[in-house]
Amino acid sequence: MGVQGIGARALRKEDKRFITGKGRYTDDMTLPRMTYAAFVRSPHAHAKVVSIDASAALEMPGVEAVLTGEQLVGDGIGNLICGWMIHSKDGTPMKMGAWRALEPETVRFVGQAVAVVIADTQGQARDAAESVVVEYEELNAVVSTIDALKGGAPQLHPEAPGNLIYDWDIGDEAATNAAFDAASTVVQMDLVNNRLVPNPMEPRAAVADYDEAEEHYTLHTTSQNPHVARLVLSAFYNVAPEHKLRVIAPDVGGGFGSKIFIYPEEIAALWASKRVGRPVKWVSDRTEAFLTDAHGRDHVSHAELALNADNKITGFRVKTVANLGAYMSLFSSSVPTYLYATLLSGQYDIPNIHCNVKAVYTNTTPVDAYRGAGRPEATFLVERMMETAARQVGLSPAEFRRKNFIRSFPHQTPVIMCYDAGDYDATLDAALKAIDYDGFPARKAEAAKRGKLRGLGLSCYIEACGIAPSAAVGSLGAGVGLWESAEVRVNPVGSIEVLTGSHSHGQGHETTFAQLISERFGVDTDSVSIVHGDTDKVQFGMGTYGSRSGAVGMSAIVKALDKVEAKAKKIAAHLMEASEGDIQIEGGELKVAGTDKKLTFTEVALAAYTAHNLPEGMEPGLKEGAFYDPTNFTFPAGTYACEVEVDPETGKTEIINFVAADDFGKIINPMIVEGQVHGGIAQGVGQALLESVSYDETGQLLTASYMDYAMPRADDLPSYTLLTTETICPGNPLGMKGCGEAGAIGSPPAVINAITDAINNNDLAMPATPQRVWLASRAALAQAAE
Amino acid sequence: MYETHYHRAASVADAAAQMEKAEDGKYLSGGQTLIPTMKQRLAAPSDLIDLRHIADMKGISEEGGAVKIGAATSHNAVATSPVVQRLIPGLAALAGGIGDPAVRHMGTIGGSISNNDPAADYPSALIALGATVTTNQRSLSAEDFFTGMFDTALDEGEIVTSVSFPVPEKSAYSKYPNPASRYAMAGVFVAKGKDGAVKVAVTGAGQNGVFRVEEMESALSSNWSSDAVAGISVSADDLLSDIHGSAEYRANLVTVMAKRAVAAA
Ligand SMILES: Cc1cc2nc3c(=O)[nH]c(=O)nc-3n(C[C@H](O)[C@H](O)[C@H](O)COP(=O)(O)OP(=O)(O)OC[C@H]3O[C@@H](n4cnc5c(N)ncnc54)[C@H](O)[C@@H]3O)c2cc1C
Repeated sequence: MGVQGIGARALRKEDKRFITGKGRYTDDMTLPRMTYAAFVRSPHAHAKVVSIDASAALEMPGVEAVLTGEQLVGDGIGNLICGWMIHSKDGTPMKMGAWRALEPETVRFVGQAVAVVIADTQGQARDAAESVVVEYEELNAVVSTIDALKGGAPQLHPEAPGNLIYDWDIGDEAATNAAFDAASTVVQMDLVNNRLVPNPMEPRAAVADYDEAEEHYTLHTTSQNPHVARLVLSAFYNVAPEHKLRVIAPDVGGGFGSKIFIYPEEIAALWASKRVGRPVKWVSDRTEAFLTDAHGRDHVSHAELALNADNKITGFRVKTVANLGAYMSLFSSSVPTYLYATLLSGQYDIPNIHCNVKAVYTNTTPVDAYRGAGRPEATFLVERMMETAARQVGLSPAEFRRKNFIRSFPHQTPVIMCYDAGDYDATLDAALKAIDYDGFPARKAEAAKRGKLRGLGLSCYIEACGIAPSAAVGSLGAGVGLWESAEVRVNPVGSIEVLTGSHSHGQGHETTFAQLISERFGVDTDSVSIVHGDTDKVQFGMGTYGSRSGAVGMSAIVKALDKVEAKAKKIAAHLMEASEGDIQIEGGELKVAGTDKKLTFTEVALAAYTAHNLPEGMEPGLKEGAFYDPTNFTFPAGTYACEVEVDPETGKTEIINFVAADDFGKIINPMIVEGQVHGGIAQGVGQALLESVSYDETGQLLTASYMDYAMPRADDLPSYTLLTTETICPGNPLGMKGCGEAGAIGSPPAVINAITDAINNNDLAMPATPQRVWLASRAALAQAAE
Repeated sequence: MYETHYHRAASVADAAAQMEKAEDGKYLSGGQTLIPTMKQRLAAPSDLIDLRHIADMKGISEEGGAVKIGAATSHNAVATSPVVQRLIPGLAALAGGIGDPAVRHMGTIGGSISNNDPAADYPSALIALGATVTTNQRSLSAEDFFTGMFDTALDEGEIVTSVSFPVPEKSAYSKYPNPASRYAMAGVFVAKGKDGAVKVAVTGAGQNGVFRVEEMESALSSNWSSDAVAGISVSADDLLSDIHGSAEYRANLVTVMAKRAVAAA
């Protein structure tokens, strides 16, 4: 591919195998003597397990075993944990109910596993799973976020009276209330952030293999963070000590957060593999994915904004109820707290903010991080409020935002975050110009002639990426540190292997990380390979989520490269009898400045390994490792502008133009960044217009397939206009901020603001389905006629 | 999916004979409804008898003022057929709007009407155009063929072999797709026959499958224009109501789609 450094639109190295069907996914693994697992799942949202009769299933062809929760608990397999401790405002720790990989006593959501069948083929396992007779005693279920807290609501866990997990606060309540007392204008809204299903293209899967002689397990699984999986499986679920458990996350077909967590199925597969003495494979089907992959979002909020006479924001007050589903998934507690309320200042100088969050249990699938995790929820609130406030006080939405922008950095918000750098006018200007903001009234008038309602909406988002400084998150309750590790191995022939704790499941690390090496050493990207996703190869790592692989993962690589470079320069200086300070690396060569003396990178590498002539006391070899712990979050920010036309007869929204102006700091590969933004906006538009989880009142999932769950498709989306501006992130050596989630974070309020502008009715829930838009636009017309 | 046995039928008679022998057999055409149903373990036929390779059941021809379409003809073949495009463009457009390209290349007209999904597109065309359904046992009118949601007049083992559409003076189909499945939330087929008779058939919206709107038909008989149907709404009482749309919303869509179909015809 050649030398392709930072900023090059290098084609993705991994695409050859993906496009030609040569990827290696978990489901591609077939081991000798392998068996298949099928889970027996609850058809009820809430019920006592009275008895499990496996006698008929055990008689069926190919069946090895039917294993239940009682056996699992008896074998000492631990409960699933939530790895982030949140304390309520009264100081009490969050109330966690017991979650077992196979439930022996009480099921709490449709799809929860009570037993697993192990058989010779997948078909036999599934047939037998249907023949396991489970007797349930049905209990009343509570499904909706708001109903969970009502008196008399069915109770899920004895540990959590009233279904309340925590009642958490951030910000200065008294000062915020005082700001409201003194306000000239108060803007109020009730907002719901709809529940979503992540829907990665590849469903979850696991292949577990227990080696009896070595007492050692190998787990191939669809994970975004194999080392964290190993840590949790060892330390909490008692599957095996870490040195007796190898976790491999090979090619993974998308995650969007849902593959961060360790689920019951992987635990059960490992345990079952030891029980039956054969490898066990489990592959989720799409229905299981809808029922058991952690869902995203599901907030109900009341928000209030206080303005002074000059229309400057003086206070922001938010009350949120967050639905965590039936159990606390691995990072679920952090999403509606530290990943959410800490971003409520948006891009604005807001002196007083207070937010209260109540997290509740319901008889629904557990909810955890999904692309953006907390930050889309915050951005939706802030940006719907900004647009609404502008309309209420009669300022243009752009002007109102500008009046309140933060312009000096660093900026300490009242909700923990300290923004390091940014230029919010720059992204707003770029977006307004690209969408031709000033020409909008003429376009609206022209659309009206065609019977269409045209609207324009903005969203000036900010988010926190590059998670995260370990000491900081530790003080906020995180059970892990969020640094990253890297190792750079220069081989004797000069080719380079980079071992990283980041995990690529669609992000293109094999390309962008190689570009970094190419930039530093002037070597061909083809002579670099990126190794990730295997706990036996990579020493440790925290994985990929929260747009951390660039800002944190690549920073660790930079630190390792610094060490490699220093040693290579020492060797080169020694061999060329020059002073170390005069050695420069350029175009794959180490040169003595001001002379024509030079050595190729390969010659230096070879010298390091032959070790025939190294500086006095130097160890042979050219291989260095590093850990990098960030000093702060990074703060990507931007403006999204969306222009829509609504067909008032059907309520159908068409996105006519979508402009994304993003400041991601330094960009390694613009093509890959654009791909991330495209996908993010597609998911954001999906949330805004199409996607929503529906349960009936008994807790049956109504949207359990693509027949009823509306995924965005290519023809739902316009051709985007993407722009970038750049302020360098001062917090990491490359100046990167992160781009993986911005699209999903910034776009929903832009779309809803545009539609509410078009139909002249601000009362519109997400997703803005045609029916909802039709009803809201008719209501507006009826109001106007009065 | 449960285990099953696959048979490729060589002729209509062979297919019927295979069905006789099967314990709990099912005909397989494009498999775009049946296979997903089996994958979800909601159907467990002992035998699948594949009709899609029977030469007699495929193809499109013009015969005595009608267009005859073999039951095993794919949606894509109908959509791209020069004969259908020339004589009944509304029908070609309907077929071209079913599902996605993969579905259109596999799914067949015979499978679609035998399944009679209340949100399927074809039933509206058969009713509005006054089509005749031919089976290996008889011929019957579309009105007699569709008997209710997922229900037809087909007897056990009976095979649809072709559908014959009288060529209309004009016709058009307008569909409002369900945002998730892209089946019809409301699809309206309007047709004016060579004899001047007007028919308006609605799919996707009715609780009992496809239905006609006589009030619109008489309005259009005297005045073929969008305005003629703009003020006519169907009662929401017998319409479907689900998470995607209430009966009232569907009633609105029926009027809007009828207007658009008339304008397009
Ligand atoms: C993703 C997707 C999207 C779709 N979107 C749409 C859409 O927008 N609009 C729409 O109308 N449809 C849609 N469909 C359905 C599609 O049109 C199917 O092709 C059709 O419903 C069934 O036709 P088939 O040939 O696939 O039949 P099969 O699935 O093979 O069979 C369906 C049923 O009919 C029976 N059968 C088949 N042929 C005969 C025959 N000749 N005689 C008697 N019985 C027979 C079978 O035994 C079975 O019970 C969609 C399907 C999918 C998978």
